[in-house]
Amino acid sequence: MLLYKIFVDPFVQMGASPDLLIQTLWEGLVAGMLYALIALGFVLIFKASGVFNFAQGIMVVFGALTLVGLYDMLTHIGVSMPVAAAFIALGLTIVVMFFLAYGVEKIVLRPLINQPDIILFMATFGLTYFLIGMGELVFGGNPKIMISDQLYLPKGSIDLKIFGGLVSLQKIDIAAAIIASIMVAGLAIFFSKTRIGRALRAVADSHKAALAVGISLEQIWVIVWFASGLVALVTGIMWGARSEVSFALQVIALRALPVLILGGFTSIPGAIVGGLIIGIGEKLGEFYWGPLIGSGIESWLAYFIALVFLLFRPQGLFGEKIIERV
Amino acid sequence: MLYREAGQFKTSYASDQAVFPILQDRIGVIVILLIVFFVIPYFSNEFILQAVMIPFLIYALAAIGLNLLTGYTGLLSLGTGAFMGVGAYACYKLSTLYPDVHILVWIVASGFVAAAIGVFFGLPSLRIKGFYLAIATLAAQFFLQWCFVRIPWLVNYNVSNAIEVPTRTLGGIAVTGPNASPQTRYLIVLSIVVVMTWLASNLVRGRIGRMWMAVRDMDIAAELMGIRLLTTKLLAFAVSSFYCGVAGAMMVFLWYGGAEADTFNINQSFFVLFMVIIGGLGSLLGSYLGAALIFILPILLRFVPPQIGLTIHSATVEHLTFVIVGALIIFFLIVEPHGLARLWQIAKQKLRVWPYPY
Repeated sequence: MLLYKIFVDPFVQMGASPDLLIQTLWEGLVAGMLYALIALGFVLIFKASGVFNFAQGIMVVFGALTLVGLYDMLTHIGVSMPVAAAFIALGLTIVVMFFLAYGVEKIVLRPLINQPDIILFMATFGLTYFLIGMGELVFGGNPKIMISDQLYLPKGSIDLKIFGGLVSLQKIDIAAAIIASIMVAGLAIFFSKTRIGRALRAVADSHKAALAVGISLEQIWVIVWFASGLVALVTGIMWGARSEVSFALQVIALRALPVLILGGFTSIPGAIVGGLIIGIGEKLGEFYWGPLIGSGIESWLAYFIALVFLLFRPQGLFGEKIIERV
Repeated sequence: MLYREAGQFKTSYASDQAVFPILQDRIGVIVILLIVFFVIPYFSNEFILQAVMIPFLIYALAAIGLNLLTGYTGLLSLGTGAFMGVGAYACYKLSTLYPDVHILVWIVASGFVAAAIGVFFGLPSLRIKGFYLAIATLAAQFFLQWCFVRIPWLVNYNVSNAIEVPTRTLGGIAVTGPNASPQTRYLIVLSIVVVMTWLASNLVRGRIGRMWMAVRDMDIAAELMGIRLLTTKLLAFAVSSFYCGVAGAMMVFLWYGGAEADTFNINQSFFVLFMVIIGGLGSLLGSYLGAALIFILPILLRFVPPQIGLTIHSATVEHLTFVIVGALIIFFLIVEPHGLARLWQIAKQKLRVWPYPY
């Protein structure tokens, strides 16, 4: 009976109402995409500098919070047009993210060059705390509403009639999907076509060899941290527009970690595919199997999905093969 | 000048292998033990005992547990908080199921329950390493925390869904529960922590500790030398979870007096990891130093501004604490990536050769 409930019943439910299935899949897809964006920020930094950047999640919040906070300040000092204020705030936030990247490179990474990975990992923890405190100190700790209207982000939903049921797609989710695709495509082109992108790939392959051919590591690291700061900002805007901007958002960063081990720390396609697998798996599990074992399973389901994959591929789906020598 | 080992000859293997081979170290440790056992409990107020010393010792024990795993065996774990929770919930279940058995027995027994759970969640370590493993241990953290919330059997179907510590006595004196005096609880925590530290220091110097360190330095090489990875890694998980479990049980029974699932959330895991890294990976002394710094620092930050006449809004203090702790973590890592224990070693070396530079 229990086996029936676990292995047969959910699939019967799926077949019985395909519209619900599609709705769940869509939600999983959207959540997965946002996970993928966070994972993308992790991967960019890990590839180029070998740093496991725990602060990526908080950078998402920090970016969104800075944007909203700056917008508030601008309207206070008398920038009357909301749209202008929003876009000035966006520009200023990008500048802030650049200085954050620059500061991280100069103050945190440079003195810690050549230290074991775990020390660098710990340093990003320090950074996380620092950014949480700073963000709350400057912009206040209460949740804020993302300025989605002023940034021309669409609102409302599209209802589609499929299989006799109604599937509703939030417009902001569609916009997020489009923007995420553009960003990934942009990054791919940046990595393969531009001089800096190629330098980045060289650094990812070998720090020493890259230094030997005259690539400046410092410069590359600032660029990488800036790039993942931008990714974080976009993620923050998207996620903030769906709910609100608050430090509760940092929890989603923990959700994105299984995406990383699933996709592999060094693979951009891995981050995307992993994100989608985790997002869809999580929503399906919560919706169809959740009632069986009690709700809230999405807090750990992703980790178990990732663990199952890891048992067969210890370096993640797309990770580089680990060759160890004694 | 005083700290010099000239003239102290080691004439037997036993003295060569001693934990503290230098006479001055032995004297120092005895003095510290005398102070913590006989001076502090009688000459300090309730606040110091309840809010500083008891938590410090408990966190030091948890940090030792994590240090055995991360510092000695090289397996990065982010599930410490959950293993502490397992200890706490196990102790609660056992002590309410069998109220007649001595509570100290259950505190130790709950460590074994935590060890069993730890071994189970340590299984992935045989296949995956490094940061991949760290994230895999997060599975333990989230899954166990979910269990604490969702399984009402664990809290004896309490409506509040929380642990309330029952009063247990030892020779007529209340040890746990609301009636226990801070002195009693402090002395019990102290005794357990001292004994377990002594056990750990002997463990890491012996055959097992050397096996752990060999695995840490390079597990494939260790395997080729005939060390069984399966047993070594799982043993590390078991011992580490045992320490964390006992720390968790003490945390609820001898410090908080009650707890809910959120007490053992992921921040607890990170907190202990900070202590281990700031204190020094692979050093028992470091676990104490790290626990002292990380735990006592926020308390100081909260109490210093009013003392010097600054009035800051309490929310601002909270935020400032985050900023300062974050900055200090980075600062300490930059100044001494090997932790406070390394600073202590350097200081010892300086003392030894004083007044000469080398």
